[in-house]
Amino acid sequence: MPQSAEKILDHAPLFRTPEYQEMLARKRQMECMPPAAEVEKTDAWTKSWEYREKNFAREALTINPAKACQPLGAVFVAAGFERTLSFVHGSQGCVAYYRSHLSRHFKEPCAAVSSSMTEDAAVFGGLQNMIDGLSNAYTLYSPKMIAVSTTCMAEVIGDDLQAFISTSRDKGSVPADFDVPYAHTPAFVGSHTTGYDNMLKGILEHFWKKRERTPGTGLNVIGGFDGYAVGNNRELKRILDLFGAEYTLLSDVSDQFDTPSDGEYRMYDGGTTIEATKDALHASATLSLQEWCTHKTLDYAKAQGQQVASLHYPLGVGGTDDLLQAIAELTGKEIPAELEKERGRLVDALADSQAYLHGKTYAIFGDPDFVYGMARFVLETGGEPRHCLATNGNATWEAQMQALFASTPFGAGCKAWGGKDLWHLRSLLATEPVDLLVGSSYGKYLERDCGVPLIRLSFPIFDRHHHHRFPVWGYQGGLRVLVTVLDKIFDKLDNDAVGIGEDISFDLTR
Amino acid sequence: MPLDNNAGDGEFNKRLIAEVLEAYPDKSRKRRQKHLDVSRGVPEPEEGVSPADDAALSECNVKSNIKSIPGVMTIRGCAYAGSKGVVWGPIKDMVHISHGPVGCGHYSWSQRRNYYTGTTGVDTFVTMQVTSDFQERDIVFGGDKKLEKLIDEIGGLFPLAKGITIQSECPIGLIGDDIEAVARKKHKETGKTIVPVRCEGFRGVSQSLGHHIANDTVRDWVFDKKDHDGFETTPYDVNVIGDYNIGGDAWASRILLEEIGLRVVGNWSGDATLAELEHAPKAKLNLIHCYRSMNYICRHMEEKYNIPWMEYNFFGPSQIATSLRAIAARFDATIQENAERAIEKYKPFVDAVLARFKPRLEGKRVMLYVGGLRPRHVVNAYVDLGMEIAGTGYEFAHNDDYQRTGHYVKGGTLIYDDVTGYELEKFIEGIRPDLVGSGIKEKYSTQKMGVPFRQMHSWDYSGPYHGYDGFAIFARDMDLAINNPVWGLFKAPWKKSA
Repeated sequence: MPQSAEKILDHAPLFRTPEYQEMLARKRQMECMPPAAEVEKTDAWTKSWEYREKNFAREALTINPAKACQPLGAVFVAAGFERTLSFVHGSQGCVAYYRSHLSRHFKEPCAAVSSSMTEDAAVFGGLQNMIDGLSNAYTLYSPKMIAVSTTCMAEVIGDDLQAFISTSRDKGSVPADFDVPYAHTPAFVGSHTTGYDNMLKGILEHFWKKRERTPGTGLNVIGGFDGYAVGNNRELKRILDLFGAEYTLLSDVSDQFDTPSDGEYRMYDGGTTIEATKDALHASATLSLQEWCTHKTLDYAKAQGQQVASLHYPLGVGGTDDLLQAIAELTGKEIPAELEKERGRLVDALADSQAYLHGKTYAIFGDPDFVYGMARFVLETGGEPRHCLATNGNATWEAQMQALFASTPFGAGCKAWGGKDLWHLRSLLATEPVDLLVGSSYGKYLERDCGVPLIRLSFPIFDRHHHHRFPVWGYQGGLRVLVTVLDKIFDKLDNDAVGIGEDISFDLTR
Repeated sequence: MPLDNNAGDGEFNKRLIAEVLEAYPDKSRKRRQKHLDVSRGVPEPEEGVSPADDAALSECNVKSNIKSIPGVMTIRGCAYAGSKGVVWGPIKDMVHISHGPVGCGHYSWSQRRNYYTGTTGVDTFVTMQVTSDFQERDIVFGGDKKLEKLIDEIGGLFPLAKGITIQSECPIGLIGDDIEAVARKKHKETGKTIVPVRCEGFRGVSQSLGHHIANDTVRDWVFDKKDHDGFETTPYDVNVIGDYNIGGDAWASRILLEEIGLRVVGNWSGDATLAELEHAPKAKLNLIHCYRSMNYICRHMEEKYNIPWMEYNFFGPSQIATSLRAIAARFDATIQENAERAIEKYKPFVDAVLARFKPRLEGKRVMLYVGGLRPRHVVNAYVDLGMEIAGTGYEFAHNDDYQRTGHYVKGGTLIYDDVTGYELEKFIEGIRPDLVGSGIKEKYSTQKMGVPFRQMHSWDYSGPYHGYDGFAIFARDMDLAINNPVWGLFKAPWKKSA
């Protein structure tokens, strides 16, 4: 037998043993699968230009989209407020999914409740579920705020959140003055970034709508949906502190999704306080670090009389330059000398490594702002982001990307693909190969199918641990992204050299 | 007669339940208390009388398969998760459409670890997220036309796919789409198997109804649709039902069944092909591993094709031996001899595994909260390692599951059905077990409390845990979870001990 008590084989080596390989061969006789030659031929065809055209002619079918649905974004953004419990009105399975999804990425608990609507609620509406649900959630989990969003079930039957919450309050589910902001977050509109925007706007509206604004000098900063929020928000706060800026980070999950192991389970930790959220109305300006996560929120802030500005995931030299200049402009503070020094260090590192970066070609996928920020950084290194894909990107985003490409000769052969999925990207990679792929863990299937090394950044990262604990924003973050890219390049050089079998190109110093 | 079948402290557990229930509003307390109980031990037989093989150790009388209470943080999923995620999703040579908005397919994408062989995207499709990505216009105008078109597109892009299933998400049933009509039409055009599944997430109270609906669609849309007269049978043909090949479980089981001389016609549904579903009615016996999710189709096959079924359990050496003997007893003397020979052959291996791990695990107490069969089926694997079960419960069990649980757990065991996040945290705090086995949503909160944890849905990315090969991995995993030095680092040295 292949297994022994002394040397226990895990699944990968176990199933490669002759015993299992023979068993799988016997199983194949029962499977009626197509002959190997036909599979091989079809596989090659799926990587052809002919297939690519067929693939891009799809009108109804979506395969491996790099986007999730609205309520995920709503649950994420709500988690960034002090003692806030997400309450998602609709079917309960959805909430199990959001919690699992966020836990798998952050390796952290993620609490959220559902109103557990079933068939009878589909017929009669979910009012009673809301009444009971708010009461239970409030009593059991002692939140300071309950943020209500919706699954598509509640949206299709047209449940009215405002009326339901108001009725629940009247019935005593929660105290009269308890904060229950809400947002309708239909899964059939937009993506998780839309849900982020809707819920954040819902929370701000809840606190701001009945208050008079006294224009002050503070700055509101919004990070957007970000898998690296733990590291990024802390870096962002460090930068803002160096400025000496008076600021409020609206939704900060950096503590909530990074709680310590010391014997206590903290269901709630950190987050933007309710007081600070209320006072954020008076800020002079609101700065979004991801335009595509905050359109409605910024419109709302602007309507309150605030100045607004937005960036595209401030990664790399130019991206961080823009961030610092935006902070300087909106706060009237000088850019700190220390940050200028950090800039120089990142540029220094880029100069040291430029020989290995120049001319490398990339495919990048993810949320629109991430793809923009990453592509911009790649261009700074002398790389060419040939295929840039955002399933939740649209024509306006494509135009932004084309403008970015047009700003440098390195962007010449590059193209942005909004609304396309990772099966489209597979065709792109198979027909027009690139050196490196940048994206989430879902990119590992493309890495396998097309032989392009995957650099894991963005969300979700399921199969590598703790990346999100380190920033990718700011000059420091840029260094970290640079090292990640370089490591992949150097590893490939070494692996390719080993493949030659001689001591050729297996260089000790590079 | 004293009730010797008592494990934990039943009185303590009763007090714990009472304390936990205190936290609820009245209405919810009344509903929740029916789901929480302490198992009652049944008397051990008189001295000299050996207990019957199927004798129960205790009674577990909790209410189950009832709607979850809103707002309490149930751990359950939905019917879609039960159908697409569990039953249909692993069928490897069919394309499974998550029909509706993008989220359901996204969150369930590649998360069940249903291992399979094949070339993904060419002849197999399990780790792909295929969806109709509903937009507002599809809700307003209906999605049937879009569905027709995307079935055509699947045909064009994946010519080797043997069939398609349509896994309905919530909106489908609410907007009145006729996916059955689309399936019939497209089947007529293409000749391929196309299965419409009404597993909208709001149906039923948990994943469980999705299993049932999925089973029914195999009956209605797969069985007897093609001529399989050419399929050559043997007297030793069996189906393995309800093994989803998590981390390769079904392979570690199949290798044993083959070793005793049986031939597995269909493995449902881990690593399965459509042909394995179609050929299943040709087998002589159905072996059910996950009773909860697939007993329905076995009952149907019994009625329609006269195929008897039996439950078995390949977790841990004592249950493996019992099950091998019970399975062999359904066949001739050759198979029975083979089974005895296999049990004998693996004995030194089992002894070596126990010698290595039992001393490190003996007396450790475990709490479980899982899905279909594992809250009872894994119990003896722990007992084989000298461990004790302090509490167990199911996400989506029915009454017959709790009846069966009594055969595994002793009296005094804490039993919780559809446990809420609040209850589970308080139970863990109260009992302070040495190990908790549950899911990803429970993992990190438990570990923060300093309690070792293993995911018992996904095997925490390990496995297989079935069969003899799997038992070694199981034992090793429980040891590494419990005996890792990290648990000793929680308290900073300058903090006074409590």
